[in-house]
Amino acid sequence: MDVLNLAHGAFFAWGAYAGFAVLNALNGLGWVETGTLGQGILSVLLALLAALAIGGVLGLFLERVIIQRVYGDHLKQILITMGASMVLAEVIKVLWSPNNQTVLVPLSFTGSYDVMDVVINKFRVVAIVVGLAVYAGVMAVMQKTKLGIIIRAGVENREVVQTLGYNINRIFTGVFMAGAALAAVGGSMWGIFREQITPAMGDENLIFALIVVIIGGMGSVTGSFLGACMVGLAFNYVAYLVPKLALGANILIMVIILLIKPWGLMGREQ
Amino acid sequence: MPEAILSLAGVHTHLGQHHILQGVSLEAARGRATVLLGRNGAGKSTTLRTVMGLTPASAGSVVFDGRAIEKARPYAVARAGVGFVPEDQAVLRGLTVEENFRLAMLQESPEAWAKLDTIFELFADLKKFWRAKAGVLSGGQKQMLAIARAFVGDHKLLLIDEPSKGLAPIVVDHLIASLNQLKQHTTIILVEQNFHLASQVGSDYFILDDGRVVHSGLMKALVDDEGLKQSSA
Repeated sequence: MDVLNLAHGAFFAWGAYAGFAVLNALNGLGWVETGTLGQGILSVLLALLAALAIGGVLGLFLERVIIQRVYGDHLKQILITMGASMVLAEVIKVLWSPNNQTVLVPLSFTGSYDVMDVVINKFRVVAIVVGLAVYAGVMAVMQKTKLGIIIRAGVENREVVQTLGYNINRIFTGVFMAGAALAAVGGSMWGIFREQITPAMGDENLIFALIVVIIGGMGSVTGSFLGACMVGLAFNYVAYLVPKLALGANILIMVIILLIKPWGLMGREQ
Repeated sequence: MPEAILSLAGVHTHLGQHHILQGVSLEAARGRATVLLGRNGAGKSTTLRTVMGLTPASAGSVVFDGRAIEKARPYAVARAGVGFVPEDQAVLRGLTVEENFRLAMLQESPEAWAKLDTIFELFADLKKFWRAKAGVLSGGQKQMLAIARAFVGDHKLLLIDEPSKGLAPIVVDHLIASLNQLKQHTTIILVEQNFHLASQVGSDYFILDDGRVVHSGLMKALVDDEGLKQSSA
């Protein structure tokens, strides 16, 4: 869509807080900390659905009110979405306090699996499954459906797509909503995984998202998937060996890739 | 003279501070090929873009098939039955030839797919490159794809902007043959600088200058009028 959106971090944080609110409410019914496996799964699903909904609504609002005015102007996009991100983070502080919040994790998702003496955190497995499912879903829509063709065409040339009979503005509003909703789901997953959330978590994670997109190449879903794997693995390995260098290692990888492939691993030359 | 499928009356269009169309009035007859001629900057392409809603008219009326469309958005104009082929071979390079066609079919009905047989008769190369990205096609093939894509959309009127631009003479000859077959199926309005192509395809003509129609008539008469022909170049 050619939009540089720095408010994705705010969607991420809002998703985490929406999930947190839902898990708190369900814990009142005894579904979370003391619930059965079914109640635990349902609690997480409802938390993710709440994140999806809040992300979608925020995305709709932001695209209609702000982004539509700055399509085609990257500098304004950066400034205006950065401003929106700050406002959204402040609203979180007003609604939930500026302090850290502890996220309740369903009993069935705590603990680890022991696979041949390798300890694997249960929720990490859930996160990998959800991540792969989202990736497969996005790829299927983009590559196998008419909607995917329209979106890819619209990214390349909006005018031509309009003259073929498609209301591309409305379609792009939907795409923006979907992107915001997925960022919010990511935030909710992150909150459950870390068991703690803060209003600043969006900005803290935005830097990783930017590195992932730059490494993978703008506009490439598979590039982002590869970038995310590289960033995640490099961060954890380096953090294990030299913790202070973890973020620096990611930036170094980004610099090396940009030197070799200026448009990212799978980006197309603009 | 057949009834008009498209009528423009006193159309004015501004691009920023510039007053491009200054009261264009013209009618395109149903089932015929109408050519817009004139020097660079006369307002030919802007006329097509105004009909399509891409650069909306600031005054005047545009009536297509009995329906006022001067305020309609481009997608609504397309859905009403107007196809548009912009200049510079505006194919979607990142999509395959097949995807370009699927995009052009608002409804992927059996009738729409059946239309491909006619298209492959007109533009055989497109069948050969069916699964290839449109970006790898030659300039001529891209132009064929852009025209064929508009044709598959089941439009009552095709607006084609300078199809011969940048094409080799041999490709232009093929284009003339294809456009002549295409006009058996639909009404065409063509903007063209290449008088050879315009005279081979067009039935009627309008000459624009400084955003106004300064002359119009049957193409046959223009071909015989050397003086007017010079002024239209």
